[in-house]
Amino acid sequence: MAFITRRSIIKSAAAAATLPLVGTGAWAAGPLKIAFVYLGPIGDHGWTYAHEQGRQDLIKHFGNKIETTIVENVAEGPDAERVIRNLAKQGNELIFTTSFGYMNPTLKVAKRFKKVKFEHATGYQRAKNMASYNARFYEGRAVCGTIAGHMSKSGVAGYIASFPIPEVVQGINAFTLAAQKVNPDFKTNVLWVSSWYDPAKEADSAKALIDQGADIIAQHTDSPAALQACEQRGLMAFGQGWDMSSFAPKAHLTAIQNKWGVYYIKRVQAVLDGSWSSGDSWWGMKDGILEMSAFNDRIPADVQAAARATQAAIIDGSGHAFDGPIIDNEGKERLAAGSHLSDKDLHAMDWYVKGVQS
Amino acid sequence: MNETIFISILMTVVGASTPILLAALGELVVEKSGVLNLGVEGMMLIGAVTGFAVTSVSGSPLLGVLAAMIAGTLAAMIFGYLTLSLTANQVATGLALTIFGIGLSSLVGEGYVGKTVDIFDSIFPAALAEHSFLRVLFGYSPVVYFSIFMTVAVAWFLKSTRPGLILRAVGESDSSAHSIGYSVIGVRYAAVAFGGAMAGIAGCYYSLVLTPMWAEQLTAGRGWIALALVVFAAWRPGRLLLGAYLFGAVMTFELHAKAAGFSLVAPEFLAAMPYLATILVLALISLRKSSGSQAPASLAKPFKPST
Repeated sequence: MAFITRRSIIKSAAAAATLPLVGTGAWAAGPLKIAFVYLGPIGDHGWTYAHEQGRQDLIKHFGNKIETTIVENVAEGPDAERVIRNLAKQGNELIFTTSFGYMNPTLKVAKRFKKVKFEHATGYQRAKNMASYNARFYEGRAVCGTIAGHMSKSGVAGYIASFPIPEVVQGINAFTLAAQKVNPDFKTNVLWVSSWYDPAKEADSAKALIDQGADIIAQHTDSPAALQACEQRGLMAFGQGWDMSSFAPKAHLTAIQNKWGVYYIKRVQAVLDGSWSSGDSWWGMKDGILEMSAFNDRIPADVQAAARATQAAIIDGSGHAFDGPIIDNEGKERLAAGSHLSDKDLHAMDWYVKGVQS
Repeated sequence: MNETIFISILMTVVGASTPILLAALGELVVEKSGVLNLGVEGMMLIGAVTGFAVTSVSGSPLLGVLAAMIAGTLAAMIFGYLTLSLTANQVATGLALTIFGIGLSSLVGEGYVGKTVDIFDSIFPAALAEHSFLRVLFGYSPVVYFSIFMTVAVAWFLKSTRPGLILRAVGESDSSAHSIGYSVIGVRYAAVAFGGAMAGIAGCYYSLVLTPMWAEQLTAGRGWIALALVVFAAWRPGRLLLGAYLFGAVMTFELHAKAAGFSLVAPEFLAAMPYLATILVLALISLRKSSGSQAPASLAKPFKPST
């Protein structure tokens, strides 16, 4: 994590010049320098933690062929641009910026540093030297939905949601559709908290949803507060981002875990091979980028089997989280039977399926 | 709406209101002495992490609360030394204290992320605390009863005791108080310390009662609501209690209304309500300046004894 001064760059260039046979360029001689920009602390047990696990996978896989740098707690916005620019200046050749709000700052820096390769998570803007990547979180939501359909006695789930962006909307719909395959009358009550992270509000939201009849809580916010509220009330919930069972050993049914490592290893290999090119990757469970954490023992064996079946169908392609027919919550048919929604439709999703109250 | 829902909504309101009330009570006393400490959020976070860490190590939530109060006081003393002894700008120092608190608490809390402690729950027997109706009176953490007690105590202290009058005198006219022999700096130190202790306990209410865990910026800006509340209440403890429960109710009803499917107004509007209400009250106060219920006259003015 050294800060590279101009003098040390000159020095390493000189070193490379004296050893012209070692590599094709000054940088190829040393380990590949990779940087990660994180939104939260590594210890958030959610989003950033998962990215950090991905970086650990990289280190395990490539050993001393790479050298990684991280910057934690980088606020989205102008501060991010400064951090990313510094990382580029310090000679990092591949920079992963791991939050949606880093998109524009990354793009700006990418335009200035044409030789540096950038990888931005969950965004939609790209450049010649800036790729974007995301995971099909909704596939995991479908597995949660199958479990919820079986486990919920009231047939009502509460869903704590952050912001109505397509990624969140996909999750709500996939969850509800899967639950309705088990219980056709299943309803999802969505509560928007307008924040990714506000533990007190998330806990109070969980309580409000429970008071309104939900007996199982799903969330698209980052803290384990809602799980704790369910634990206290003796109900059930799903973790977010990573296994959160330590906060709620009884309530925590399972969680979607983001295994970014598989993507990171592939992309770093591409840089090492010289085959890296920009583009958009939207990987799913079949690529191993998403996993379900260990199922709670309170889930009966047949329900676990049903959940595994949903997962297996998504992985082998025989089932899709958005198989038709799909009717929206205004009664309009969005998709006829016999097909599934295209990625283009998913990226623009701004409507809710039947049974979602938002 | 049946009565079970009503009771649980009521209990959620109490839960949301208590920490704001505690922090605002402390800040009210601080401001009554003529000092503006904008570091409430920072002191709350320091209290939250200390309370959690001590409880998690010792297993005693009471010890945790005590430690949170001490930690809050220590943080406030830094502010006190800079603004009272060195007469630094109070606004800038207070903001710095918040930033410091955010950083320090995440540093200290690093090893505690992902852990949990037993909730600091009602000390009443389960027959009362979990009774379907009586829990509305007995189902709270001791901190909740403490907050009500402190409201009464602060009101009484400011209105009817000699030290309370001295404190107000210092806040209204520091030079007069000084000229008749009161230690302006001493009184303000005591007030700032009290404010720190209250912010500390308010912070640990989050990490021990509401969401028994530690995570960075756990209080998520509630310290600013507490600051707004002091102004909203026009520096009166009675109104502060009402205001805290009103703010708590707005925050809770927002969620319940949405969960029940009403959407009369945009959720963003409801979330902004406490601040809008405060601006409104500020405007009203300044319109009727003569009534004498406005800010302490020496608020945020540094005092240098002319000896």
